[in-house]
Amino acid sequence: MRILGLAGRRLAASIPTLILILIGVFLLLQFAPGDTVDAMMAQMGGGDAATAKELRKFYELDLSIPVQLGNYLWRLVRLDLGFSSIYGKPVASVILERLPPTILLMTASLSFAFFFGLVFGVIAARGVNRWPDTLISTLGLIFYATPSFWFGLMAIVVFSVYLQWLPPGGFEDIGTVRTGIWRVLDIASHLVLPTLTLGLIFLAIYLRIMRASMLEVLNLDYVRTARAKGLDETRVVTRHVLRNALLPMVTLIGLQAGTMLGGSVVVESVFSLPGLGRLAYESVVQRDLNTLLGIVFVSALLVISVNFVVDLIYARLDPRITAGG
Amino acid sequence: MDAVKRYFRSPAAVAGLILLLIVIAMAVSAGWFYPRDPLALAGRPLVWPFSNPRFLLGTDNSGRDIAAQIFYGARISLLIGGVATAIAILIGILVGAFAGYYGGWVDNVLMRITEAFQTLPNFVLLLVLVAVFGSTLTTVTIAVGVVSWPAPARLTRAEFLSLRNREFVQAGRTLGMKNIQLIFGEILPNALPPVIVYASVVMAVAILLESALAFLRLSDPNVASWGNLIGLGRDVLRVQWYVSAIPGIAILVTVLAVSLVGQGLNDALNPRLKGR
Repeated sequence: MRILGLAGRRLAASIPTLILILIGVFLLLQFAPGDTVDAMMAQMGGGDAATAKELRKFYELDLSIPVQLGNYLWRLVRLDLGFSSIYGKPVASVILERLPPTILLMTASLSFAFFFGLVFGVIAARGVNRWPDTLISTLGLIFYATPSFWFGLMAIVVFSVYLQWLPPGGFEDIGTVRTGIWRVLDIASHLVLPTLTLGLIFLAIYLRIMRASMLEVLNLDYVRTARAKGLDETRVVTRHVLRNALLPMVTLIGLQAGTMLGGSVVVESVFSLPGLGRLAYESVVQRDLNTLLGIVFVSALLVISVNFVVDLIYARLDPRITAGG
Repeated sequence: MDAVKRYFRSPAAVAGLILLLIVIAMAVSAGWFYPRDPLALAGRPLVWPFSNPRFLLGTDNSGRDIAAQIFYGARISLLIGGVATAIAILIGILVGAFAGYYGGWVDNVLMRITEAFQTLPNFVLLLVLVAVFGSTLTTVTIAVGVVSWPAPARLTRAEFLSLRNREFVQAGRTLGMKNIQLIFGEILPNALPPVIVYASVVMAVAILLESALAFLRLSDPNVASWGNLIGLGRDVLRVQWYVSAIPGIAILVTVLAVSLVGQGLNDALNPRLKGR
């Protein structure tokens, strides 16, 4: 309960941040050339000035900017994100349709990066400055420097074009209707390459942090005590070192949540996944500013919720945090 | 001088420096090797690399020399990376210095803004900025700089927090120095080294951000950029995959070089932390 209270207080503290972001981006978008009505008129194939005026009045775009901002924030409280003129639907439902692939992709990439980062980090730290460490650290540096979209394209060339093991893009096979377990397997096979592509850079970061934090914890007094009482090395690592060495890794998940969401914009474009990132890209290209603002809101919400979960995990791993707070 | 010696003792740091010098040399010599416009048509489209001595790295879908675009792309990447990093570090230092030095409500307000920038995914913010201000070379560079400043700001703030009550600062205060003098004349020079080292991380990320934007065709289409070329090569990926593969390697090598140099500097300047 105390854990929940602590994390809840952190959550409440992020509400001003959220409002700040919305006001900032809303004002920023006022500088954009053309508004929603311009985009709609372009879609309709043009129209006269009287129609434009009528539409502006209907969408309350003729009001002053502070009033518009106030109206927008008030609508947000009621979870109304406005209307997308490009998709002809409320922004909220456009975004909701696109959310599942992105969340699936982010969860898969995070698990992949976290698990292998942990394993490789431990292996590297155990053999510090010997060949496994050198090999893993070098690979980590190269992964860190690889542009994700380029890795994705090369993976398509190798695994989809030459070997033909995996599909080159899309979220599921739309040619055949599948149900139950077959559909799950189909979606999974479509997500293998995107997951690797998005997770690669995070794998590099996690393994480097894990290695550093293992080395630090391995030198602490209580580890010496554990060794002195005769525990074998595997027991020392799994029972005593790992839990403490994990703390910086967990912090990193919260810090990197935004970066990962940003990365999924590119990865979803490479693999034509119908997710939130691709929607962000499309709304920039199509000048659908209402949707863009909605995506800003939802991605900030996503980052804040990831950080909330991270706080909970953190407190669970290290009881001192709740005792102190 | 010890730091220089320590730097050159690390093989990884030396390798990074050599790679970086090669990329810089490419950027400088682009005009000598390829005096023609790199985006002008040069020959038959889709010539494979090493098949025609005139085009060592082949040509792209519209018959432009890939090697020339790689050389000129080095200019663009280093330019955007360098200028965007300078912008990010400058904003970061100003925000971090004032927040750390004054504390109180100044710190509160500035850190709220920093938090807002960190909560919003930086690539999404980059998309918003490009949507609003367009995608010329100048706007893209500034936009990349504007989304990259929060981390250096936090770093500078932390340094200022630990330095602001040291004896040399108190001595300056007793001498009647103004706050601005204390911030920029006394504390900043001491707070700078870790921030400068961190600049290498900012630059690596800036180059990756710009190339991703260019790949999505949201960066300046009128310059020879590596990201543009990868985006172009995507249309012929199935057979002529080399059009995308070659510029990607250029990006990888550049980012790797920048990170290695940064890590080398870090180890050379903070010898106690080596091996971490």
